[in-house]
Amino acid sequence: MKLLEHQAKAQFRSEGIECPMGRVARTPLEAESAARELGEVVVKAQVPIGGRGKAGGVKVARTPEEARDAASQILQMEIRGYRVPAVLLEELLDIGQELYLGVTLDRDRRRLAVLLSFAGGMEIEDVAERTPEKIAKLWPDPFSGPLPFEIRQLTLNALASAQGEQVLERSRLLGMMVPLVQRLYQLCQRLDATLCEINPLVITRSGQLIAGDGKVEVDQNAEYRHQDLVRELGGDAEAASSGDDQLEVEARRRGLTYVHLGGDIGVIGNGAGLVMNTLDLVKQQGGSPANFLDIGGGAKAEVVRQALEMVLLDPEVRGIFVNIFGGITRGDEVAKGLIQARDELQIKLPLVVRMTGTREEEGRRLLEEAGIIPAVSAPEAARRVVEMVAGAGR
Amino acid sequence: MSILLNSESRVLVQGMTGSEGTFHTQQMIEFGTNVVAGVSPGKGGSQHLGRPVFDSVAEAVISTGATVSGVFVPPAFAADAIMEAAAAGLQLVVCITELIPVNDMVRARAYLASRGARLVGPNCPGLMSPGERSKVGIIPNQNGRPGPVGVVSRSGTLTYEIMQSLAAAGYGQSTAVGIGGDPVLGLSFSDVLELFASDPETELVVMAGEIGGSDEERAAELIGRGYPKPVVGFISGRTAPPGKRMGHAGAIISGNTGSAASKVAALERAGVEVADTIEQIVERVTARLRRG
Repeated sequence: MKLLEHQAKAQFRSEGIECPMGRVARTPLEAESAARELGEVVVKAQVPIGGRGKAGGVKVARTPEEARDAASQILQMEIRGYRVPAVLLEELLDIGQELYLGVTLDRDRRRLAVLLSFAGGMEIEDVAERTPEKIAKLWPDPFSGPLPFEIRQLTLNALASAQGEQVLERSRLLGMMVPLVQRLYQLCQRLDATLCEINPLVITRSGQLIAGDGKVEVDQNAEYRHQDLVRELGGDAEAASSGDDQLEVEARRRGLTYVHLGGDIGVIGNGAGLVMNTLDLVKQQGGSPANFLDIGGGAKAEVVRQALEMVLLDPEVRGIFVNIFGGITRGDEVAKGLIQARDELQIKLPLVVRMTGTREEEGRRLLEEAGIIPAVSAPEAARRVVEMVAGAGR
Repeated sequence: MSILLNSESRVLVQGMTGSEGTFHTQQMIEFGTNVVAGVSPGKGGSQHLGRPVFDSVAEAVISTGATVSGVFVPPAFAADAIMEAAAAGLQLVVCITELIPVNDMVRARAYLASRGARLVGPNCPGLMSPGERSKVGIIPNQNGRPGPVGVVSRSGTLTYEIMQSLAAAGYGQSTAVGIGGDPVLGLSFSDVLELFASDPETELVVMAGEIGGSDEERAAELIGRGYPKPVVGFISGRTAPPGKRMGHAGAIISGNTGSAASKVAALERAGVEVADTIEQIVERVTARLRRG
């Protein structure tokens, strides 16, 4: 779950991280009255994706009327496919310097990493690629969190590659970074986030540290612990997924592990690695997979039926390849589900089923009796489905 | 011989009384695993599948001398179960559970490292040493066959598929290890390769990776420095597009890291023969073992 900027900043504030004064507006009129309170403002589209500035989703407004007009424009925009449910109006900051501060999962180290750079405001991925030496890193002990001396060293390391004049004296900067980094790390743990990012982290000319933007991604596996956040997202959650692939949104709603790939051969299998390998086999035979769909371990007939239904929602699909390796998943269960689904959904498309493992004989017998020809080897099945789809297209 | 698990291993199962725990413990017992106890907080003192059930891992270890734990508890409690096993002094913890919050695993991983315990998983099929008649996890019994091939893989069903194809060609396994599909794992490919290196029964290793992360690249570095046994590699997800998470929480190509091309290239540079298909894995294994 990705939080919108205003939601991320509400979390920052609750942890004691300073943010600009701001108001959320969902209509131009709300924006106008917010700007009356705040004075000169920046009006920012609330979308869960980067690059909104370049797309025109961030505008400066000197008067409440300008703020109203800016909000009116931005609220009608679609940014890289995402609807804009709200704008955030914030006081203009007197920017002295822009830094990058983030806490993110580092899978190689199997820990959260704290990243700090004086090359803030830019896409951190670009900095990481072009000038990795400009990013200082720290991997705190997950039980103690980042310790003050570690944070001071992190800051010194980042300073070593910083260019130009520093707004803050070194002693003041070192003192201010310690609680800030601790709070952001604490927030990342409290929200079960895999990313908590402040970019830019603004140092104002008067020497304050303020979060210019905020990005928070909550681990999907931990969402059950954050139902309050899920509720708070409410209507915004729908807008926040409006730019996602609509077939994938529908699959999420149905609780299926599905990725839309855009080809014409629907692929269903059990186990992520096996399904990925099935996609590779289809490609190797010259076909183009429409999707990735993993029905997981121990799938029952009903899940198989739902999976077929999901694949058929994609109008591009012209053939289906089901690849099942029975371990916990039983061949006869899968066969029953397939037959039932084919009959109920009146599937006329080529359907090739490769089945092996637990109760494979029963499964294959059931399929054969129902007129579905099962294959034994996966490459052979891939070859057949690709041929059948190509043949049907002629 | 084998790695990690042998006929001496005394296995306890955390979450044995649950439905998944029950089914797979039965399978483990049928395979020949020496299951000595179950742990389910609150059910201590009862019997399940003919084994005593304890309230805590510590109690189970004192009473039964268990050395290995298989974890089948639900995701919300799994990280705690892993740490409990390590605290009780178990040397090997195998966690099958999927969907564990990743920050829970970050803490559990650090805790285990400080106790010197080994973790396989989470979100993995576990491991099997067929010659020792011992398995912990969910690898189907019929796929096990004793032999000279060490198998290490990130995916469950793909592991079974490889084991079955090898067995059909007459090659069994010393030990097969599924290290799991999560971003934060216990044993890495490199860790398992090092164990296979010093196992006399293992003559060759099949390593099946997938997109995401850089564990395969690091294993390639290890092999490149000089590995005593032939390694046949395989990478699934070659056709996966960047930015799409392919089922496994860890299977995603982000930026420049994690692509199949980078993994295949790293392995080939290290002198690993990388197969394009499972059939090719079998061909390469055959060629290597015949060459002696």
